[in-house]
Amino acid sequence: AAAQSRPSALQSGESLATLKNESDSLKKKLEEERAKLHDVELNQVAEKVELVSALSIRTRRVLKGHGNKVLCMDWCKDKRRLVSSSQDGKVIVWDGYTLNKEHAVTMPCTWVMACAYAPSGCAVACGGLDNKCSVYPLSLDKNENLAAKKKSVAMHTNYLSGCSFTNSDMQLLTSSGDGTCALWDVESGQLLQSFHGHTADVLSLNLAPSETGNTFVSGGCDKKANVWDMLPCASVSCRLYDLRADREVAVYQKDSIIFGASSVDFSLSGRLLFAGYNDYTINVWDVLKGNRISVLFGHENRVSCVKVSPDGTSFASASWDTSLRIWA
Amino acid sequence: LGRCKILMNKGSATLSRCITIRLQTFWVQAQNPPLTLQFPMIQRCVTCYEGKVNRASWENGCAAVFAEALHLGNLLVRYGYIYPLKEPRALQLKPDESPYRFQTPYFWISTRWPATELDYAIYLAKKNIRKQGELMEYEKESYSQLHKRINHTWDFVVMQAREQLRASKQRRKADRMVLECQEQAYWLINRPPVGLSLGFLFSSMFFLFYSTLALGRNRVKSSICLEGFVKYSEQYHNQDPIMHGCLPSNPWISDDPAHWALNADQVSVPTRLRVERWSFSFMELLNDSMGRKEFMTYLEKEFSAENLCFWQACEDLRHGETSKIVQKVEEFLAPGAARWVNIDSKTMDKTMEGIKHPHRFVMDAAQMHIYFLMKKDSYPRYLKSELYKSMLAKAIVPQETKKSVFPFMRRQRHSSPSPAKVIATATEQDGQGAGQAGANSSAVSQV
Repeated sequence: AAAQSRPSALQSGESLATLKNESDSLKKKLEEERAKLHDVELNQVAEKVELVSALSIRTRRVLKGHGNKVLCMDWCKDKRRLVSSSQDGKVIVWDGYTLNKEHAVTMPCTWVMACAYAPSGCAVACGGLDNKCSVYPLSLDKNENLAAKKKSVAMHTNYLSGCSFTNSDMQLLTSSGDGTCALWDVESGQLLQSFHGHTADVLSLNLAPSETGNTFVSGGCDKKANVWDMLPCASVSCRLYDLRADREVAVYQKDSIIFGASSVDFSLSGRLLFAGYNDYTINVWDVLKGNRISVLFGHENRVSCVKVSPDGTSFASASWDTSLRIWA
Repeated sequence: LGRCKILMNKGSATLSRCITIRLQTFWVQAQNPPLTLQFPMIQRCVTCYEGKVNRASWENGCAAVFAEALHLGNLLVRYGYIYPLKEPRALQLKPDESPYRFQTPYFWISTRWPATELDYAIYLAKKNIRKQGELMEYEKESYSQLHKRINHTWDFVVMQAREQLRASKQRRKADRMVLECQEQAYWLINRPPVGLSLGFLFSSMFFLFYSTLALGRNRVKSSICLEGFVKYSEQYHNQDPIMHGCLPSNPWISDDPAHWALNADQVSVPTRLRVERWSFSFMELLNDSMGRKEFMTYLEKEFSAENLCFWQACEDLRHGETSKIVQKVEEFLAPGAARWVNIDSKTMDKTMEGIKHPHRFVMDAAQMHIYFLMKKDSYPRYLKSELYKSMLAKAIVPQETKKSVFPFMRRQRHSSPSPAKVIATATEQDGQGAGQAGANSSAVSQV
């Protein structure tokens, strides 16, 4: 409800300046309230924790087949399949373990910036410059043209930057360059809920596991990460926010890192943070201690997307060098 | 333009910081005489930067470069590094023959000229005199507001305005017009008309709204939150294959998918790690189909299985097809429905109200109530029960596979049935379980 309500009309006589003053004083009050409960820093709490022993993470698979920059990828729940989308409009479903390409779709647009695997494993969703998100049921018949059964679900007024299925095949969450996020019913294509609150392009979204329902966070070009009930555009630092403490608790950055991070994901225990950067590397951070554990090389261009597999045995990275890599 | 592109995601501050001296020189030169450019030229610059300096991409104007150029160009216009000659207030890059000019570095926002009220007042005063009172509506309003606010320096404002106008008359007409365009573009960015600042208006109102909510929010002490996070990562440490390794081996490293086979959805005997995980939280138990089955068995012994059935039915409702919603909800309403459970009257009223217009989330409140009931009551007792303890005792701990004697001999990687195929086959052969979405490796011996 909070996400949907609109501001009431301006009181007559209120000027922008008064509004700005009120904003600023509220901001200050919020900071004070937050500071009251800030009794310890993360690295203090983490002092008693053991250091992470040396990790030997290497590329275990290289998935070649895209003709142009790979912009997005997502894992299937079966822990080995994945879907990837690229600038040339192709969406490929792979068995990451055997390197087999199982399905391929050619989208009618280029720059397919978002793709997602349905929880059932029976469909994929993708979209980009066409301002839409379409769902393709994965056909078992090798000869069938997947595009024939395509279903247009989401419509935005600008490019699609991210998409994700909520817990089921029936609902799709999208984020767009038009500054909004939206929740859609896949069957009917109906818009269920719209989330306005970003003042610029929304670049990414991620769902949070929760007992009480679906929460998701969206990050945008306005440098804000909004948490919605039913991350950052490329920033040089990765930041950790604790929602209960309502504050930023850690920043992961180094002077030697001057290129932005495009995508992050946690290892299964949350101890490691994998971040893909525009300088072609992936950095592995110790979330608790705050230090960088290692730098992974291999990609020959920007890393656009990083995701840990559903059982945490590996993580995949997609890159503008047209390949995907699986690391373990 | 190329340098701008690298860091365009970082926003205006860094964008301007990265426009190098060389570029600056070029831009200054582009003022005199003023260079007019159009979108195709911007697109070409982007193509050159890409490194694909071949005829094809130049002439092709392919969609990808087009999109990038448009995006970059729009940023440049929005932050005032390029300004449109036609429709200056639109602040948009149009991919047609519309003319644009480079803004002189003096007026870049990166120079961090304070752009004070005084400066704006002088600008408006000049415009007012030049146009003999014919200002835009929003400019008239700003002008009168400024007149009120900095009334004490008004003489200075008017004097400055007159001075500047007199000085500009000494210039050639062409130069004067260029300067006027540049100045206008500068002020359009720094003092946007009310229409354009609607964005700011909405964002401040949203901020006010959310801040008020945020102030009232219950916050938890940092120490408690962070301790919680540390505990979580310690608890899940053994479950994290990248941190701790996994048994018998990580399939991605050893090319042996036994780990996946042992942890498939339905196995006769689960692994110890899996059963331990059920004790981490109620959500973990319910997320695992085997865990759910075990829990159901336990509840049946306690004669409270209808709670879990109800919860499951609500899940099906939330995630099932829209067309079947009414049918499923009616199953809850049928007299003597086994699916209807004990919920408090308030929740019941709310649910009955919602059922009049059934939708996917109509059972949410009731489902939540039952969820917390099971979590607080049945779940802790299940963890102490013989059923759970015996499951834990007979759970498998796979033996670690020693690294292969001949590491250079790669094992054959077997494919697995696609999940899509699995579900299709399962619906075809009723009752008969189709293979799991795992691999076909033989079982590993129990420890």
